[in-house]
Amino acid sequence: MRKNNSLFNRFFMVLTFVFLYAPIALLIIFSFNAGSSNTVWKGFSLEWYGKLFSNRIIMQSVYTTLLVSVLATVIATVAGTFAAIGFFAMRRKIRDPLMTVNNIPMMNADIVTGVSLCLFFVAFFGLFQKVTGTRLTLGFGTLLIAHIGFNIPYVILSVGPKLRQMDKNLIDAAMDLGCIWMQAFWKVILPEIKPGIVSGALTAFTMSIDDFVISYFTAGSSASTLAMTIYGMTKKRVSPQINAISTLLFVTVLVLLAIVNIREARQERLAAKKHI
Amino acid sequence: MRNKLSRFAIPYVVWMALFVVAPIIMVVIYAFTSANGGFTLANFARMGTYGVVFVRSFKLALIATAICLLIGYPVSYMLSKEGDRFQRIAMVLIMLPMWMNFLLRTYSWMSILENNGLLNQFFQKIGVIAAYNSIFGTNIKYFHMIGTPGAVVLGMVYNYLPFMILPIYSVIIKLDHSLLEAARDLGANTFNVFRRVILPLSLPGVLSGITMVFVPAVSTFAISQMLGGGTQMLLGDLIEQQYMGGAYNPHLGAAISLVMMIIVVVCMWVMNRFGEGEEQAVML
Amino acid sequence: MKKTLALALAMMMAATMILTGCGGNSDTEERVVNVCSWGEYIDESLIDEFEEQTGIKVNYQTAESNEALYSLLKTGAGDYDVIVPSDYMIARLIDEGMLAELDYSNIPNYALIDDQYKGLSYDPDNKYTVPYTWGTLGIIYNTTMVDEEITSWDAMFDPKYEGNVLMIRNSRDALAAALLDLGYSLNTTDESQIREAYDLLKTAKENGVYQAFVMDEVFQKMEGGNAAIAMYYAGDYLTMLENNEDLAFVVPEEGSNWFVDAMCVLKNAQHKTEAEEWINFIASTESNLANMDYIWYASPNAEALEQYPDYYAEEYGEDLDQDLYEIMAAPADVLARCELYVNLPSDTLTLYNDLWTELGI
Repeated sequence: MRKNNSLFNRFFMVLTFVFLYAPIALLIIFSFNAGSSNTVWKGFSLEWYGKLFSNRIIMQSVYTTLLVSVLATVIATVAGTFAAIGFFAMRRKIRDPLMTVNNIPMMNADIVTGVSLCLFFVAFFGLFQKVTGTRLTLGFGTLLIAHIGFNIPYVILSVGPKLRQMDKNLIDAAMDLGCIWMQAFWKVILPEIKPGIVSGALTAFTMSIDDFVISYFTAGSSASTLAMTIYGMTKKRVSPQINAISTLLFVTVLVLLAIVNIREARQERLAAKKHI
Repeated sequence: MRNKLSRFAIPYVVWMALFVVAPIIMVVIYAFTSANGGFTLANFARMGTYGVVFVRSFKLALIATAICLLIGYPVSYMLSKEGDRFQRIAMVLIMLPMWMNFLLRTYSWMSILENNGLLNQFFQKIGVIAAYNSIFGTNIKYFHMIGTPGAVVLGMVYNYLPFMILPIYSVIIKLDHSLLEAARDLGANTFNVFRRVILPLSLPGVLSGITMVFVPAVSTFAISQMLGGGTQMLLGDLIEQQYMGGAYNPHLGAAISLVMMIIVVVCMWVMNRFGEGEEQAVML
Repeated sequence: MKKTLALALAMMMAATMILTGCGGNSDTEERVVNVCSWGEYIDESLIDEFEEQTGIKVNYQTAESNEALYSLLKTGAGDYDVIVPSDYMIARLIDEGMLAELDYSNIPNYALIDDQYKGLSYDPDNKYTVPYTWGTLGIIYNTTMVDEEITSWDAMFDPKYEGNVLMIRNSRDALAAALLDLGYSLNTTDESQIREAYDLLKTAKENGVYQAFVMDEVFQKMEGGNAAIAMYYAGDYLTMLENNEDLAFVVPEEGSNWFVDAMCVLKNAQHKTEAEEWINFIASTESNLANMDYIWYASPNAEALEQYPDYYAEEYGEDLDQDLYEIMAAPADVLARCELYVNLPSDTLTLYNDLWTELGI
């Protein structure tokens, strides 16, 4: 029943992929350029890679980006899972308004979220200084809070449906059999919703890595994510070091995804064999 | 018992009050006050002046969303008809650019679209520009692309296309094939199967895709600054300028944010009503 | 699927942990100074040198323009010790009580600054600032794309150059160009004159004269021949000239702005001692020579400015072109037609802000 695509359709698909990848390919090609131009090829060189590794600002921001993404992902995944379970156990009347609030960061434009957090932090810091006399500033802490904040809703969104699919009597049965609620959580709920947690964590991580706008408004001047550094650089004379870092990022992700997919394919083949 | 579990949500409810609700209240407070702290509506009174920016933002974002849909839907549909292996690789390839920061990708377009950029160099080499000049009797050395609304739309489509493809694809792939067969058995031709069965069933994916493309597109400032050269100011630019840019006025910025937020929320609400408020399609 | 995804995530985490080991040496006792300057505005080897000499870590950041810097300070997004604003912005920051008075006994090199750059209108009693550079604002144009010699601000508004002009992206400089073109003072507070200047800009923008509004993006655009005319600073023109010989620079006949950028310490700076050490280091003759050679902005250090031609000859084995030297350090006859910006009264500042936002739309 599955009809294969016509030649035209295939062509259309290929065209879409060319569109998606042509600029990336260009970035990669020009990262090996001997000149500093992004349009004129002056021969092969690894100059920009060398410069990249001695560029403290870029390396520091790569580090900040990874650190904030990982921390935010871990914290948001744990917090989001618990929140989703809590929401699931609530009565509809209470849950629905809370879910609406939960959806705000997802529905809202990033810039509004960023601006609102920035205003809030600064107002809070002002108050804090008045009361305690200590001066706080925007920095890694606020950046992390912001990232956790926009990640949790994605975790809830992917854990929620798994909870609803779960057989509700399972928990009750576990409790009846003498489980305390912690045991019920570890032994019954967690295994059931694990796929949701993993995909939620993955989404959260992707969102963190890709974010620019919210970080821009909440990181202050002492912390800078890679995206912020790049944005700063595009406002100056752009150095092909940007191309070099893009290439490295791209290759890293490509390799990771390739490993993941090859493993998966192998496992599926094994599973299929066992079946026979 | 169930009530006990509901306590799990308490920390997050506190969190939301602190970091979701309170910040938005801050925006509202700023929007209705002036620099010396008194209540004012002046920030909104000036909104008329910026009507042009609202119109431009919504226009460009709508065009970009439409183009994303026109490319994204067929691609998702065609993908779902390919073999499993192909589908898996294709999905990875669609997600892959998202792991590279969108600023990097946009930056690449800058060097492509520049007057002396790669595309113009290419056109020159293959004689497109000479042909254009001889046909229209003009004397141009390049096509003017960067700094135009078209360039901004291109940047939006390029960056947000995966956000359109992923939700649509994830819905289409889950369609029950027996439904399609039933429709065919009942005499529907391909077009009718598509129009009567596939399209309505994939609507949640489409709606979610539209949201995921439109909201970031309407509020972007990096794309319009990089590809629009500051001549195509969007709402995002306008807001950014009031906080981090050359015209410090957080009160006006808050008012614009508030108005934009309300318009977007209303649009989304209407659209989701239209989609019968069904559960949002799974995101990724 | 899930297992492998978890694996991927774990690998990412491991990568971060490894990086933590390398990059996260945040000793509690480390001395730091947070500097915010402009892009392409320092010989970066000076930062390393300072760190080696003093053991103080320099957190060097850049802002786009004076107005953007002001926004960063006000929103709380910028937490700096040393900033390098221009004259008029210094006056404004002093006015609003945002700068700290300097302890000049920690900055002995202040004595090297030429008296010409002391006691200027923005800091008449020399309490807050140590000048960093000075220069002029002018028009940069590509001689192969323009078939006349440009001498007037008219070029910035001429529909003839449709799509080929880069307007500067800060309200003060952009409106100054229009005011001067109309024959007004760049420090005018007359609302009708300012509005007239705004209309000139707005009309030009609507006629499509401007390809883009730029700050440091100008380097890429002008060097790559992507635009014919731009207005920017003399020092940056000389940097561009190194990469594109077709460029020319002029301080228009209607006059222009000459500016002094000076180092200041913010009132809420958390590292004031380190900040003063940094300022003293930068004010030295050696640093000024290195900076001048790198960024091509004229130094206010009398010794350095005088020694520069010899320094250049020694460094590159050829004499410095006198014309270039005069573009960098404008001679008296050029400076005679230039004016320093003064801080504007708050009503005028609000007008500037509003008009600037409206121009963008």
